[in-house]
Amino acid sequence: MTDIIDPATTTATEPQPGFVPPTFGDSPEGTHVWQRVPYNADHYGPVRDFATDFDHADPNYNRNAPEVWKELRDGGCPVAHSDRYGGMWIPITHDTVNEVAYDTENFTSRAVVVSVGRPGDLSLPAPIGGAPPITSDPPFHNMARRLLLPAFAPKMIEPWEPEIKLLCQRLLDEIGEITPGETIIDAAIQYAQNIPVNVIGRMLGFPEQDEELFRKFVHDVIERIAEEPGTRDGMDDLGTYIFAQIQDHRDNPRDDLTNYLMNVEIEGFPVTDEIAGGMIILLLIAGIDTTWSAIGSSLWHLAQHPEDHQRLLDDPEVMTFALEEFLRAYAPVTMARMVAKDVDFHGCPMKKDDWVLLPFPAANRDPLKFEGPDEFIVDREENRHAAFGLGIHRCLGSNLARLELKVAIEEFIKRFPSFELAGDTRWSVGQIRGPRELPIRILEVAN
Amino acid sequence: MRVHLDSEKCQGHNRCYALAPELFDVDDFGQAVLLVEGDVPEELHTKARLAAANCPEYAIKITENS
Repeated sequence: MTDIIDPATTTATEPQPGFVPPTFGDSPEGTHVWQRVPYNADHYGPVRDFATDFDHADPNYNRNAPEVWKELRDGGCPVAHSDRYGGMWIPITHDTVNEVAYDTENFTSRAVVVSVGRPGDLSLPAPIGGAPPITSDPPFHNMARRLLLPAFAPKMIEPWEPEIKLLCQRLLDEIGEITPGETIIDAAIQYAQNIPVNVIGRMLGFPEQDEELFRKFVHDVIERIAEEPGTRDGMDDLGTYIFAQIQDHRDNPRDDLTNYLMNVEIEGFPVTDEIAGGMIILLLIAGIDTTWSAIGSSLWHLAQHPEDHQRLLDDPEVMTFALEEFLRAYAPVTMARMVAKDVDFHGCPMKKDDWVLLPFPAANRDPLKFEGPDEFIVDREENRHAAFGLGIHRCLGSNLARLELKVAIEEFIKRFPSFELAGDTRWSVGQIRGPRELPIRILEVAN
Repeated sequence: MRVHLDSEKCQGHNRCYALAPELFDVDDFGQAVLLVEGDVPEELHTKARLAAANCPEYAIKITENS
């Protein structure tokens, strides 16, 4: 179980098959085989009761998530359950989320996106997982994480600020002619979704024209979780694409993250293409719809709260606290674990291979941890939010995400000192929560 | 006042570095490094309390001299 791929048998110079689409079988036990869980979304239909029939892919969930959490808490339900996806538990208090995040013995990270497919014990293989270190458990987790941490440390990320500023200004320019009071823009499609995809693409040294493709990969991996594994073609295309990029970087080495990751060593051995590719998949997938969601949700909030908008314009220093409050109140990321062995968790009989969702956004609105958790307090000074997770899997890209969110908000409100919602917001589906369509009427344009 | 940093608990959220750079630096891995030894100067007490109150992992503790 704790075997690590023997680097001596696979060298970085010979193309690895890697990224084979998961094969599906009857039982995941002791195998590399993925199991198609006996779940058909059509049989279940819309959620009847989130306490016993939870589904984060129900369109009503992300739209109303704060109300769902409040209802569960007020109903005395610290851990919700569902038979969907082959069995799933959902702790919603800060304490229970924290406990699962810290317990890497009973809860494994080898799959972190709940779907109708579950990996076998040896799949990809534990404890590395398909996208290390997010899919890795100790002790491999720390080895992989330490390779990536320096690239995303604050002092490596800070120099990107002017670049991100220029990008945001260019995107705002590209919106074109605006008639205040009339023009409606889509702040998710025309603005938020383009920012992280461009930045991570540039860091990895991937072609800028492929940005649309990256968004498709993200959609297939993160949102199409209830669909048949064979039909999510983006999953296979993603592996093929990454492998082609690795090959291109091998033929034409350059100074970027891809070449850096191809050349790192773990315990003195060069990493295999499979591991380098897995880390690249993580960076590409994890950094895109997450930050895009945070930017979108923040603008969605400001469109409805001109007083917070005005405060940020009058007192730019308040951004230090406002940024964390956006992250707390609109945290986009719910992670997941699998139960590693049967365990009784606060009276819940969790079975091996059950899913456990980790809704950090729900933890962020726990009244036992936060005063007035459902209020947005633009200058909240004490804010121990868990938007970037808790424990050893703290979001690796948090410094980059924060910088992108800050600059994206600052540039948007500077350009448009006044705006309002102009129609229905369409929210994402699944573990990443944020607006996918966000119509906003521009009321004022700065000179 | 004294500040204590538990490096085992620190997961590199970097909230302390953002709020109190006079008291905390970060290393090449983004982990917090405590810059003060002994008593915290009076003018930094507020920042020290702020850093402690915002650490998601409860890695920073403050002890007040009595």
